Amino acid sequence: MTVKTIIAFGATSAICVALLRRYAAAGASLYLVARDESRLAACAADLAARGATVTGTSAYDFNDAHRHSAALDDAAAALGRIDLVVVAHGSLPEQADCERDDALVRACMEDNLTSAAVIMHAAARRLEAQGSGTLAVISSVAGDRGRKSNYTYGAAKAGLDAIAQGMQGRFAGSAVRVVNIKPGMVASPMTAHMEQGPLFAHPEDIAPRMQRAIERGSRVVYVPGFWRYIMWVIRLLPTAVLARLPI
Amino acid sequence: MGRPLSSGSWGRLAFAGAARTAVADWRFEALPEADEGDSLLARGWGRSYGDVCINSGASHLDTTRLDRFIAFDAQTGILRCEAGLTLAQILEVVVPRGWFVPVLPGTRFVTLGGAIGNDVHGKNHRHAGSFGCHVRSLTLLRSDGERYRCDSEHNAELFAATIGGLGLTGLVLDAEIQLLAIDSAHVECEDLLFSSVADFARLYEESSDWTYTVSWIDCSARGGSVGRGIFSRARHAAGGDRDPGNSAPRLAVPFTPPVSLVNRFTVDVFNRAYYTAGRRRGGVRREHFQRFFFPLDGIDGMNRIYGRNGFYQYQCVVPFGGGVAAVEELLRRIAASGEASFLAVLKAFGERASPGLLSFPRPGWTLALDFPNRGAKTLQLLASFDAVVRDAGGAVYPAKDARMPADMFAGGYPQLERFRPQVDPAFSSAFWRRVQA
Repeated sequence: MTVKTIIAFGATSAICVALLRRYAAAGASLYLVARDESRLAACAADLAARGATVTGTSAYDFNDAHRHSAALDDAAAALGRIDLVVVAHGSLPEQADCERDDALVRACMEDNLTSAAVIMHAAARRLEAQGSGTLAVISSVAGDRGRKSNYTYGAAKAGLDAIAQGMQGRFAGSAVRVVNIKPGMVASPMTAHMEQGPLFAHPEDIAPRMQRAIERGSRVVYVPGFWRYIMWVIRLLPTAVLARLPI
Repeated sequence: MGRPLSSGSWGRLAFAGAARTAVADWRFEALPEADEGDSLLARGWGRSYGDVCINSGASHLDTTRLDRFIAFDAQTGILRCEAGLTLAQILEVVVPRGWFVPVLPGTRFVTLGGAIGNDVHGKNHRHAGSFGCHVRSLTLLRSDGERYRCDSEHNAELFAATIGGLGLTGLVLDAEIQLLAIDSAHVECEDLLFSSVADFARLYEESSDWTYTVSWIDCSARGGSVGRGIFSRARHAAGGDRDPGNSAPRLAVPFTPPVSLVNRFTVDVFNRAYYTAGRRRGGVRREHFQRFFFPLDGIDGMNRIYGRNGFYQYQCVVPFGGGVAAVEELLRRIAASGEASFLAVLKAFGERASPGLLSFPRPGWTLALDFPNRGAKTLQLLASFDAVVRDAGGAVYPAKDARMPADMFAGGYPQLERFRPQVDPAFSSAFWRRVQA
């Protein structure tokens, strides 16, 4: 399905920007939502110069649960029909910091799971009412298995995984699609503090694969694709073995 | 697609790396705090050849994420965007809408900030001048925390210092440039053989109605053939598609060979074949602009062919006044040295003045050479070139330099003392410290 109208939550995140730039080049209409107003304005101007029509933007604290459905209403009024809802916001705390700081654990859950869950439910209602459309959520390979190096973040992302799976069941047989995008390690501001090894991908390199998965309505897509095999192995590892690995 | 080089530079010479790299993510954020004794240097895709993009032992400021357009007016061709965008990324967006970057260097993988900081030139200098001639304004973030909007009327001295200013005046956040209107993504081009430098100069004079002119010189030619080469000229074509053609490289050099693949023998074989092939390519043909402007961008990791020790580029300009004698003398010295230059390029800079205090382009002949790094032998040869260039009243190009002595730099850049007060005290580079010595 060709996507012409998009609302993006977390529109200033590097992965979302790379994806939206592809749609901008194709002349899509966008409604952009993010937390930081200046960043959002910079991204909106960028996408407009690249060929998108930016019909509206909204900047607010994503923990304000009631703001999300209002943003969806606003976007639907501006865009008419919504072809695609992208849920792309998140934050990546250091696991060691989570182990010391309870407030950080809570913030990680709110940033990566609570707000995204609210948006997904609200978006599902909107798409259900339309009778069609795609909900794409950016989860993570980290949600595939709890690992000592990032299980707090992984748990939040696993939550998104469960919601996406459930919604795929809920919309089976309808024209609503739920696409679960699982990036591996991506070079972005979120991972700037990490040592960038050979497994790191660049947002603009994974964007074409994300776009293809969205247009096909794939249920799950790993980006880059090789993560599917890595995570397949990691899921199969016996717990005793996994516990000894430095991952 | 190409990628930024996160350390080192295009010549792959061994320079001491930066101690830290900070990332500039958003144009409205502050500069990172510099510790006592530290200094900053903005760095884009690392395509300069020597040490102008290296701040050994100090801090780099990675600008590659400042890659946002700010405003593009498709009616007037005025583009304002962040300085970390590459010319490739700009072309991809503007070509389909009938606009073109008015001055293009030999690779599209340079950032806007790098193009300004080195005041790069293209094959159309006679008509268009240097890149800086098309910069309407820019925003500079300095270590005093201020953002300076600079153009020819506001902060004019800082504007003149920043164009060609090698990143030393602060961080260029964004710039506004005037693009060139085009009808298609294709060029009409023609290759002509010439047998001597004087013959090249005659072709250049005859080609004033061609927008782009450049020539390749066969540096392995001996005796009566010295100075032979292929003269290429092109102009934007009318009609046809505007596909930006920004495709991934077709070929790659997958690893660095232990020794240079560029040597006397291979260059000799290549040059004979290339010259002979040029003889067969007669008449005007149509080509996609990417092929004409960026033939080497089609090979990923092209700079690896010179082997583990890297290579030196040497680009100089000598004023027209002395005729082509200095160019001929340089070619004779190469022939006598037994060193091999694979990509010898001869162009001319026209009369249009460069706006920067340290801009390299000035009226004259400009010869670019590259040599695999063979240590002292190569450095001696390049020092002997300096003597020729100095006598001719010329200059060496900092963006390609890794070794010119301080007096050579001072001699080639008469506005250096006017430039100096504009340097941001928190910014520096390995190049800058080298030429202060």
